[in-house]
Amino acid sequence: MLRLLLARLGQAALVMLAVSAVSFGMFRFVGDPVAALSRENATIAEKAELREQLGLDRPVVVQFAGFLSRIVRGDFGISFRNQRPVATLIAERLPATLELVLVATLLSLALGIPLGVLCALKPDGVAARLVQAVSLIGISTPTFVTGIVLILTFAVTLGLLPSFGRGETVQIGPWSTGLLTLSGLKALTLPSITLALYQLTLIMRLVRSELIDVLSSDYIRFARARGLSARHIHFTLALRNALMPVITVTGLQIGSLIAFAIVTETVFQWPGMGLLFIQAVSFSDVPVMAAYLLFVGLLFVLINTAVDLLYALVDPRLRVRA
Amino acid sequence: MNRIAMLLAAVSAAALISTAAEAKTVRWSAPTDIATLDPFAQTESFTTSMLHHVFDPLVRRGRTMQLEPALATSWKTVKPDTWRFELRKGVKFHNGNAFTADDVVASVTRLLDPGARARGNLSQVIRAEKVDDFTVDLVTKGPYPLLLNDLAGIYIMDKEWMEQTGSLKPGNIATGVSTAASTTAIGTGPFKLESFKPDAGTNMVVNPDWWDKPEHNITRIEFKPIKSDATRVAALLSGELDLIAPAPLQDLARIGANSAFKVIEEPSLRLIFLGLSQRDELKSMPGEKNPLKDLKVRQALWQGIDLDAIQKRVMRGKSQNTGTLVAPPVPGYDKANDTLPGYSADKAKALLAEAGYPNGFKLGLNCPNDRYINDEAICVAVAAMWSRIGVQTDVKTESRATYFPKQDRGEFDSFMLGWATLPPMDGFSVLSALLTAPKDGFGGSNPMGYTNPEIERLTREAAVELDEPKRRAMMVQALKVAKDTIAYIPLHLQPVAWASRQGLDVPQFPDEYVRLWFAQVK
Repeated sequence: MLRLLLARLGQAALVMLAVSAVSFGMFRFVGDPVAALSRENATIAEKAELREQLGLDRPVVVQFAGFLSRIVRGDFGISFRNQRPVATLIAERLPATLELVLVATLLSLALGIPLGVLCALKPDGVAARLVQAVSLIGISTPTFVTGIVLILTFAVTLGLLPSFGRGETVQIGPWSTGLLTLSGLKALTLPSITLALYQLTLIMRLVRSELIDVLSSDYIRFARARGLSARHIHFTLALRNALMPVITVTGLQIGSLIAFAIVTETVFQWPGMGLLFIQAVSFSDVPVMAAYLLFVGLLFVLINTAVDLLYALVDPRLRVRA
Repeated sequence: MNRIAMLLAAVSAAALISTAAEAKTVRWSAPTDIATLDPFAQTESFTTSMLHHVFDPLVRRGRTMQLEPALATSWKTVKPDTWRFELRKGVKFHNGNAFTADDVVASVTRLLDPGARARGNLSQVIRAEKVDDFTVDLVTKGPYPLLLNDLAGIYIMDKEWMEQTGSLKPGNIATGVSTAASTTAIGTGPFKLESFKPDAGTNMVVNPDWWDKPEHNITRIEFKPIKSDATRVAALLSGELDLIAPAPLQDLARIGANSAFKVIEEPSLRLIFLGLSQRDELKSMPGEKNPLKDLKVRQALWQGIDLDAIQKRVMRGKSQNTGTLVAPPVPGYDKANDTLPGYSADKAKALLAEAGYPNGFKLGLNCPNDRYINDEAICVAVAAMWSRIGVQTDVKTESRATYFPKQDRGEFDSFMLGWATLPPMDGFSVLSALLTAPKDGFGGSNPMGYTNPEIERLTREAAVELDEPKRRAMMVQALKVAKDTIAYIPLHLQPVAWASRQGLDVPQFPDEYVRLWFAQVK
């Protein structure tokens, strides 16, 4: 088990090194911060001086080495645009994104599982067919379209919910939460639905196919033959087994939800990390972009490593192969 | 019982008072957020305009954009390189500290620090010297006519506060210094900063102790940045905002059609034009002589652009076509320079034939797609028009993040650029940055090799001419030469369009600044 752990951690470190190389390398080509930082009237000497101040005139290898050594020390630098430490900026935005992702995940589970069960148990019913059809729309509509349609409907036409922002937030230590105020909850509704929609459809379809699979297996047939109640068979015996892959997928999806949140956050002006990243891109704010990519990379690596280790704990067969 | 009655009386009295001082809030939105609250750590005109609500400069722009006294009440030049400013007495900062000459000296010194990003905005000043508590001298590198223009964008910070918070020096990305001034702002301005949450909102409340008599009646400003155009418009229509500035051009008709809202628009100072490479050869025709060096070819390219069509179709009638390189409100503008050659594809073809290109030539046209209003669409239209006269135009558009570095390095055959002459709001900015050769601090945005000896001479003379009519005449003359030699092809002044709910009156300014201290809420 220890060997497996070490091997996994070693792989994780390699992946992170690759991610940092990519994030550093990519930003060499997305634009020149000097242009974004200088005044319109800036003289050539002013620009050259700024380039030197930022260390952009040094060889790429030297810049990358400096970049790595700073990251290892936990120093993500100072945002070109805001002149504030990048770590602080990300820490300020993290609660907004995490709350959004958490609520979206809960929403997709709370709706996805029952709907999936419905579709599996009564595949020919009107409701199931309707849900299936609507889910196709959910899976194929781009997030920004869903978001704008929701805004037009619930904010502009009906005037029920706010179209942007986080509403009032309550500060609990370093964490700012919108879950404790009415305006915060209202503001959370549309973005979380938008973000949850794809995941919801995914979970629904997964539950449906898994449940159909499980229901045709031998032990369910035996249970039926024993005369157990349909309710007991469906919900206690079948659904439990069908949910295993759902849990895995949900866990893995949390990473992509945080990454996908960029679009949702832009549409709803949700002050989370995705919006921070988008703003950074338009200003070539390299330190912020690099730190964001590293963060997302780290998130995926951590989630995957954790899932791998959990599998190994659960399934003894995997321990040998690792 | 008695106590309860008293309590009730107190509550109802409080309610009465609060309705008497009725809160008049302006909630407004723009696509970007302010970068930082530190006035000297950025050079963005949007951030500068926002911070003007909290800070005052020594001189400011009035209702008609004229320069007028603000924290300085009067000024004179005591020597050609020394300006003496008399300061306003009885002004208090938002923290209660008195405003004196020490604050001016500390602020100017902070701005002139090598680590200050905005240092270039006061590039001709060497130092500030205190004469007495309410008199300050500013020493310039030499005679400098634009000092007041520059000072209109330089905000005065409180020296005591900077000392207390350790922000006497500006934040610096190179040395990793970030100061309290990035997240707090103490000024003398008409509004006090209440809170600043990046990307979420910035709130301000009225400063009851402002030194000037307020021309506004608002008590509170809530600024909420919204990046997405569609969301910003939706938030205005749903009543969550009072003002959006700018408003997206494609939505103006829809907003204006709703009687609860109004659209206000006028041409801005930002002039959009096309640059033409004057290097020896073009990227698209390696090894051959650059046809753009021939005046007739440049003439043909200008005449070959149907400006009216672009104005009507691409800009939806909101832009104003122009034939010169500065906007009418800017010193250096002359009506005689602002003439158009008139669109004629036939004449353009004839000119090309005269120049020895009867079959045209190949030309690259590069444009940003996220910097100016409809920039990409304009370039696609121009490319089609040029192709019609035989110039096979290969149009490429890209994000400003990658576009401007390339433009800086002079990698384009022809390209789009916009210039607003801000912050000085003076034609000299066009001469010194775009029309002169890159040396001695001139030609900062002219890597394409356009030079003209007469413009060089006039620009250098205008740089030190303190006699205003003479200086303007020099600029007019230099811009006439630029027009006659077709240094650039001017297209139009892009519009400033705002939308607000009825009942909010905000004057619009061609520099696109939102000045809520002139706003009236009904």
